[in-house]
Amino acid sequence: MENRKLTVSSSPHIHTRMSTSSIMWSVTVALLPAALWGVYVFGLRALLVIAVSIVSSVAIEYGLLKISKDGSVLDGSAFLTGLLIGMNLPADVAIVVPILASAFAIFVVKWTFGGLGSNWMNPALAGRVFVFFSFTGLMNTYRMPRTLVSAGVDASSSATILTQIKMTVSEQTALLASSTGVLESSGYPYTGFAHNVSQFFSSMSLNVSEYTIDAFFGNIAGCIGEVSAFFLILGGIYLLYKKIITWHIPVSMIGSFALFAWVFGGLRNGLGLFQGDFVLQIFSGGFILASLFMATDMVTSPVTRKGMILYGILIGFFTFLLRYFGSLPESSSLAILLVNIFVPTIDRYIMPKRFGEVEKKSNKKEVKA
Amino acid sequence: MHRLPTFRKGGIHPGDKKELSQSQPVERLPFPDELIVPLSQHLGAPANPLKEKGDAVGMGEMIGEASSFISANIHSPVNGTITEIRQITLMNSVSCKAFVIKVDTENPAVEFTAHPWKDKSGEQLLGKVKELGIVGTGGATFPTHVKLSVPKGKSVESLVINGVECEPYLTSDHRLMLEQTEQVLEGIMIAAHITEPKNIIVGVENNKKDAIERLRSVISEKKLPIEVVALQVKYPQGDEKQLLKATINREIPSGKLPLDVGAVVLNVGTAFAVYEAVVYNKPIIDRIVTVSGEAMKEKKNVRTPIGTKIADLIAFSGGLNDNVGKMVAGGPMMGFAFYDDQIPVIKGTSGILALERKKEKKVKISTPCISCGKCVAVCPMGLQPTRLFRLIENRQYEQAMKLNLMDCKECGCCAYSCPSELPLVHGMKLGKKMGRK
Ligand code: SF4
Ligand code: SF4
Repeated sequence: MENRKLTVSSSPHIHTRMSTSSIMWSVTVALLPAALWGVYVFGLRALLVIAVSIVSSVAIEYGLLKISKDGSVLDGSAFLTGLLIGMNLPADVAIVVPILASAFAIFVVKWTFGGLGSNWMNPALAGRVFVFFSFTGLMNTYRMPRTLVSAGVDASSSATILTQIKMTVSEQTALLASSTGVLESSGYPYTGFAHNVSQFFSSMSLNVSEYTIDAFFGNIAGCIGEVSAFFLILGGIYLLYKKIITWHIPVSMIGSFALFAWVFGGLRNGLGLFQGDFVLQIFSGGFILASLFMATDMVTSPVTRKGMILYGILIGFFTFLLRYFGSLPESSSLAILLVNIFVPTIDRYIMPKRFGEVEKKSNKKEVKA
Repeated sequence: MHRLPTFRKGGIHPGDKKELSQSQPVERLPFPDELIVPLSQHLGAPANPLKEKGDAVGMGEMIGEASSFISANIHSPVNGTITEIRQITLMNSVSCKAFVIKVDTENPAVEFTAHPWKDKSGEQLLGKVKELGIVGTGGATFPTHVKLSVPKGKSVESLVINGVECEPYLTSDHRLMLEQTEQVLEGIMIAAHITEPKNIIVGVENNKKDAIERLRSVISEKKLPIEVVALQVKYPQGDEKQLLKATINREIPSGKLPLDVGAVVLNVGTAFAVYEAVVYNKPIIDRIVTVSGEAMKEKKNVRTPIGTKIADLIAFSGGLNDNVGKMVAGGPMMGFAFYDDQIPVIKGTSGILALERKKEKKVKISTPCISCGKCVAVCPMGLQPTRLFRLIENRQYEQAMKLNLMDCKECGCCAYSCPSELPLVHGMKLGKKMGRK
């Protein structure tokens, strides 16, 4: 046995097949259906935006790795960051924007904080928020999705559902209408498909508006990768199945947002409590993309299950506050960044229950009794 | 379908790899020419040598004497002559004296005869267990007489027998339960006679259905007061704490023992050793070792004399494949990697594994912690391995102790699951060593 090369290292001697880079690639795969849908409805221009984001993210990371020479290799995380940035931009954005967003994400957010694992905010998210604030004008032109164009809408660009609601609400004082009502009265378009599905639901006496259906399937204006809740949820289920994410963050985030939006969401439109149109709100804007793929970013979310639930609830709450009472129509990314600040504190004070803790207490009680 | 019981917090499901050797009946290893019998094969103080170089020894004769309460006697596994007393280092890095015994190949063994035990008192039986150097065979090798000594004023609610064998690859307990069911059960009844528990439970993971059935049928045939509980497969259920949670739903508080929750835990292999000690006056001079792993030519379960050099055991299994990358004594989760095949099998050696070299990874790069929380989710003790590891890296040992580093039992769930492949267990071990100072 002497002439064989044997490794002698500490236990355990077996390891799960999951590695950091396999996680990154699985998340990438999970995002693809939604990204492809974005390319389908917004055209090749969308593909260009995504490609530029990915190429610049990977190139910047590669350059930095070469300079730092610490032996790290490309692990798929830069590719994923690039993809997420592309998916978070409108298709018509100037090509310099994805490049700047990538540079900000990889260089400022990831590297100046010490590389993968040390950044306290998600690079892609920070990149998105950075360009949204820097290029507000550019970022507010959304291309009309192909599915609406073929439904006979003859405008090439449109406001998103959330912007439309926000504008109408701020223009008028006493509305007394639900979000759906607001959209209807402003003549916001919907597809024939959504109309049919909505009719089908109402034949079963369920009230689901055309806008909710279009938002769910992705026939709405918006960022390339955020429009189709359906494909995003499909990807999310894949990640749950592969045990890469757990339910804790998405469920608590969507749950808390839905609760606040339902209870207080109607107030803004002049309606009473418990009148909020929360289903439409969940499926529009970047909320689903954020809850499944950005809030669940491992590096920037808490490590304990209890911490994850608190984190999700906080994000849901802040998304609600910012969306309904802030000046920006879309806010889930901002809400996540805001709550990221609390993550070290959450991790510090929310600890898992230790084995044997319960027993100690019940033992004490026994003694007293 | 109703769900089988298991422990609740953490745990992992590594592929169990038991199919490699679980259907191989136990074979007996012929006596090698030479045995190396260490004086420290148990947890606690090493035994004092009773023999010198040149002395003749008989099979079963005591050659090392327990040096304190937590220690154990050592016996000769063969007839032979002591040729040398040598300082050796065992796979767990314990360094101790060992007898080198030249085996009398003409006449290596003696016959052990059976004695009835039912008329003896618990104290007498406990004396036998102590005299014959019985220790836990699951790996921790805690002296069994200490475990079975119930202090005055304490009583035993449950005697829990550990037939879990949760480490992947290992099948020695499985084969034992299948092939020597009656003996194992009688050993359990002897332990019950000593500890007088209110109930007796055998916990077996459900990947050993044949053993569960066999145990149940013999129990009902002999009308024994023993319950067999089939458990969900989950690592590390074979740990005392997790086993008691799974079987009797009690949690041993930090730093306490099973007796503090009214339980005594014994491995099935230990129950069998108790049987042999009490009925045949036979000390632990051999044991079943699983010889397995993808890089081992033949996978076997081998009844092996204590002191057999690992090289002899490997030769008996047809040798190693060229792609061997790591040799492990014990299971792959908590066992020890070693490179010297001249070290001996001891009372706690449950398996010898030859693992394949990993193909993909030429240079091992562990990426930084990505805070994925997987280690936290799988830790059965409810610790935060990532945080402890960071503290230990920064030499903040006291901080780590405050976060209950001592509760860590080095089960390896965290390091197994870490996508960044951080050496978490290695860190914990180091941290404990430094923290104790
Ligand atoms: S080795 Fe220690 S820290 Fe890691 S999972 Fe096991 S008990 Fe927890
Ligand atoms: S499993 Fe590894 S990467 Fe994940 S939190 Fe724990 S130490 Fe960090």
